[in-house]
Amino acid sequence: MSIEQREAGRTLTATELAAVRADFPLLTRTVRDGRPLIYLDSAATSQKPECVIDAEQDFYLQRNAAVHRGAHALAEEATEAYEQARSAVAALVGADTDEIVWTKNATEGINLLTYAFSNASLGRGQAAAERYRLGPGDEIVVTEAEHHANLVPWQELCARTGATLRWLGMTDEGRINLDTLDVITDRTRVVAFTHVSNVTGAISPVRDIVAAARAHGALVVLDACQSVPHLPVDLHALDVDFAVFSGHKMLGPTGIGALYGRRELLEALPPFGTGGSMVEVVTMTETTFAAPPQRFEAGTQMVAQTVGLHAAADYLSELGMDAVAAHEAELTAHLLSGIAQVDGVRVLGPTEPRERVGVVAFTVDGVHPHDVGQLLDDAGVAVRVGHHCAQPLHRRLGAPSSARASVGVHTTTAELDTFCDALSRVRDFFMGR
Amino acid sequence: MTGSMEQLYQQVILDHSRERHGAGGGGPDAPPASAESFQVNPTCGDEVRLRVHLREGATAPIIDRVTWDGTGCSISQASVSVLTDLVAGADVATVDRVTETFRALMNNRGQPLEDDREEILGDAAAFVGVARYPARIKCALLGWMALRDALAQAVTAPPQAGER
Repeated sequence: MSIEQREAGRTLTATELAAVRADFPLLTRTVRDGRPLIYLDSAATSQKPECVIDAEQDFYLQRNAAVHRGAHALAEEATEAYEQARSAVAALVGADTDEIVWTKNATEGINLLTYAFSNASLGRGQAAAERYRLGPGDEIVVTEAEHHANLVPWQELCARTGATLRWLGMTDEGRINLDTLDVITDRTRVVAFTHVSNVTGAISPVRDIVAAARAHGALVVLDACQSVPHLPVDLHALDVDFAVFSGHKMLGPTGIGALYGRRELLEALPPFGTGGSMVEVVTMTETTFAAPPQRFEAGTQMVAQTVGLHAAADYLSELGMDAVAAHEAELTAHLLSGIAQVDGVRVLGPTEPRERVGVVAFTVDGVHPHDVGQLLDDAGVAVRVGHHCAQPLHRRLGAPSSARASVGVHTTTAELDTFCDALSRVRDFFMGR
Repeated sequence: MTGSMEQLYQQVILDHSRERHGAGGGGPDAPPASAESFQVNPTCGDEVRLRVHLREGATAPIIDRVTWDGTGCSISQASVSVLTDLVAGADVATVDRVTETFRALMNNRGQPLEDDREEILGDAAAFVGVARYPARIKCALLGWMALRDALAQAVTAPPQAGER
């Protein structure tokens, strides 16, 4: 795609979309008695373009070695590949290279961070780690919209340190209720929230929440799992302190994700995992730790996965995140209007395409989400069913569980039409017999 | 809709998912149960709270009735409803046999069991299609897990006043 074609707001042409689809070998397979697969579960995990699969294979075929140890040729090449991946991913999300820490996934990123807070609270770390020390009287603020991965680790951190967990509420439409921002006070030490809800698809008002946190001197942690694969994201411009995201949701392999931290904040953060390759000097009694990001990457790392994620970041960059977002905005509008035509379907979250992505959770009157998912599956349509690791949000929106359709860069409007057609037959199948 | 959906969601299953035999009856005025079990399927949030009421039989305790409350998909709800009908009046050994037979059906990859074992299952034989969908087997087993747990408690727990 040429640069001119990627001008602002430009979406993918039919030819380009066909080319994108051809990059995903798995999309050609059939399911359940020969139905063409319609994969609407990218919010759970994305499918992988062939270049990602090839990059990982090529690494094992040509360059496999442990990184940051050894001086032989392979070790050098592997280390270079590992660090180049870090640069590519940093560039995609508007971070500097040394601000990206490799983790297994976003969940591990949040756990790394919360256990580093714990260690600081136990007195570990240098003097600068003072800013991470928590105790009774301190408060951590999350939101009711959080995935369990950005809720449970903070609950546990509170339990370990005596800090108190508070949260921003939701509107009935399924957006973060800015009228509850007064939960953030001078007692607030951390504000952790999702950039995009994995249930409602709503894009959070990052600017307002960051401003409130800054006004009270709190650190800001952003769960960017559902934004990085679908929107242009510039972490420096968003002015957050930490962020996490998962490679497998952004066309990359499983087993790789990242924790972003502002340079001086990572510098002050004590390590969580300790052991090999995160050290400077080790004696029988004590150890000094490496500078970030190596300080947080103990043990042999998932090098092939970083190489795969590098290929995914390049793939997204070449398409252009603006074009990806514009294409998916069209899909979102198409999906929402299609669902609105089906009787008895309630969308959990905004029903207008404004300030949201193509993650649409819904319930069908009188039919359990599992049964909805089963009938869609029979039509070849893969959706997620359940509570999507967000039980409090479902409780708040008055549904124990839901079905969720989520688009990817390869999704077509024709696929969404097939989905809506199958959805329109669900109630009749269960309630008309 | 393909035939496999009709095979999975047989009419008897849809009927039971709506009629929910034995559902309710756990209110504050209800007679105390011999034992109760709460089971949840964490992947989907489906849950069932099932109570067994035992009475003394000639040689062994007999299940007088089962009552339950729950939320969940048609498979899980219908399965508890069918179970309620199936075990009322049966002794514990018989219920164990039925439970094991149902588990065998769930492990049979969508094929019916032999005629004599199929007979033991009554309406529960209609769940044959569930075993073609591994993700749904847990749905069908939820109530049976609760029953097994409640019975295990009841036969080891001391009798409560007015009940055995």
